[in-house]
Amino acid sequence: MKMWQEKYEAMPREELKQLQSERLCAQVKRMYESVKLFRKRMDETGLKPSDIKGVEDLHKLPFSYKQDLRDYYPYGLFAVPMKDIKRVHASSGTTGKQIVVGYTDNDLGMWADCFARMLAAIGCDENDFVHVGYGLGLFTGGFGAHDGAVRLGATAIPISAGNTQRQIQTMIDFGSTVLCCTPSYAMYLGEAIEEMGLKDQLKLKVGIFGAEPWTEEMRAQIEEKLNLKAYDIYGLSEIMGPGVSFECEYQCGMHVNEDHFIPEIIDPDTGEVLPEGEWGELVFTTITKEGFPLIRYRTRDICSLTYEKCKCGRTFVRMRKPQGRTDDMLIIRGVNVFPSQIEEVLLKVGETVTPNYQIVVDRENNTDTFLVNVEMSEELFSDGSIKKIAAVEKSISDKLRSTLGIGPKVCLVNPKSIERSEGKAKRVIDKRKLK
Amino acid sequence: MFIKQLSIFVENKFGRLEAIIDALSKADINLRALSLAEAADYGVLRVIVNDAEKAKKALNDIGVIAKITDVVAVFLDDRAGGLASVLSILKNAEISIEYMYAFLGRTEGKALMVLKADDEAKTEKVLTDNDIPMLSQEDI
Ligand SMILES: [Zn+2]
Repeated sequence: MKMWQEKYEAMPREELKQLQSERLCAQVKRMYESVKLFRKRMDETGLKPSDIKGVEDLHKLPFSYKQDLRDYYPYGLFAVPMKDIKRVHASSGTTGKQIVVGYTDNDLGMWADCFARMLAAIGCDENDFVHVGYGLGLFTGGFGAHDGAVRLGATAIPISAGNTQRQIQTMIDFGSTVLCCTPSYAMYLGEAIEEMGLKDQLKLKVGIFGAEPWTEEMRAQIEEKLNLKAYDIYGLSEIMGPGVSFECEYQCGMHVNEDHFIPEIIDPDTGEVLPEGEWGELVFTTITKEGFPLIRYRTRDICSLTYEKCKCGRTFVRMRKPQGRTDDMLIIRGVNVFPSQIEEVLLKVGETVTPNYQIVVDRENNTDTFLVNVEMSEELFSDGSIKKIAAVEKSISDKLRSTLGIGPKVCLVNPKSIERSEGKAKRVIDKRKLK
Repeated sequence: MFIKQLSIFVENKFGRLEAIIDALSKADINLRALSLAEAADYGVLRVIVNDAEKAKKALNDIGVIAKITDVVAVFLDDRAGGLASVLSILKNAEISIEYMYAFLGRTEGKALMVLKADDEAKTEKVLTDNDIPMLSQEDI
């Protein structure tokens, strides 16, 4: 399939490295002049912009963190005067206080190109109808997809999120061929379409799903229900929004738009850069962004990279689907455990809904204890017998043991009994930290 | 004749059972028969009540899961061998009993026993064919 900007997407690695080096050096100089926090951190490390001569010096630069965005809220980290900021986006995150990011004209153009690259990579062109079912608002998803579709020359359908009936009607009447929304909403749409028996009236051929974690099982279900090929996209508003990296037709990881963003994988505890292929925390440096640039931003996503050349011809590095978040990762009896793995097992056990769960880790006699509470449901209590409950408990416990490599104790609890804050269940209680 | 039994999931937590009984009593539910089966970390409480639907709702409201199933309740002659004769009828029909428990109180020389067998429909038929009296839902 064709490339939107082949000059960059298939640039030989040596040449790309040269381009990245030039851009990085210029970015560091500019930020040293315009972003107080960055200047302060450089001075503290004893680094001058002239010490950075190319990408090989990237690892010397100080990290930046999500907390910085909260501390310098709203505009304290912007690198240009506000008259040059043409749009802002914000995200509330799960921890409360919102963060805000800004874009210049050039930034918006670059973002549109990054998203258009993805559309082109999965076979879209100006004849397509791009159904933008991400929220069009402060959230980056909607505008990112919209601008990308317009940049490609396709017809954008900026319907935004919600109102399922109208989504489906519009999809059929307007002839949507590309669906952009969150994977969970795609599942929901698929189920509604299945119930209404309208599947054969759809013209969808591909879907671009991101903004939340999803599994290969979900991918298969979405593809079946909506009769399309489902692609993964990655992005975060701190760096840009959707389109930081994307799957090509071969779906073997997500190509990072490396002419704009340099990824690194580091050990989250020591900050050391890890060799290619190892799993660690994903860190991004934006080398062309003007409005809201970030150097070595800690995404907290656990990821790995491969520089192996892809069959599609792109030379851009590929990142694996993030396996969880550094702040979620638990080390229990020396084994890495992510709540997302437990969720995947439970998705298979509950037939229609994923049971709510909570992980409780503690330490007794110098050994970690590992308990998973799972909320009971009518479905799991199907015949009301002790035998059935015991079978459910055993099946969860066996599947967790084979997935995680260590076996937790599984305890079935009453529905809605797991503590929630702001509607979200509290997934992990690590009592070891309290001792 | 079937009657409705409520199976209630009981978390193994202090005070859980009491909360369940309390919710039922507040909803004006009269307990007629009761049995508690326990495993290591949870239990299943089985009850026969005057209004199973209402009881289920009262329990759901306090976050407790309950399931309604059909069972039979047979009248036994209140004498030695009363239960044995019914059990042998079922055994001859190749029905196996999953569990049973007695009703609270008794009626004139008869004892009442709730039976849950592997094949509910067959059990009911065999008992009817053998003229074993059973309790009807209306009589609860
Ligand atoms: Zn590729």
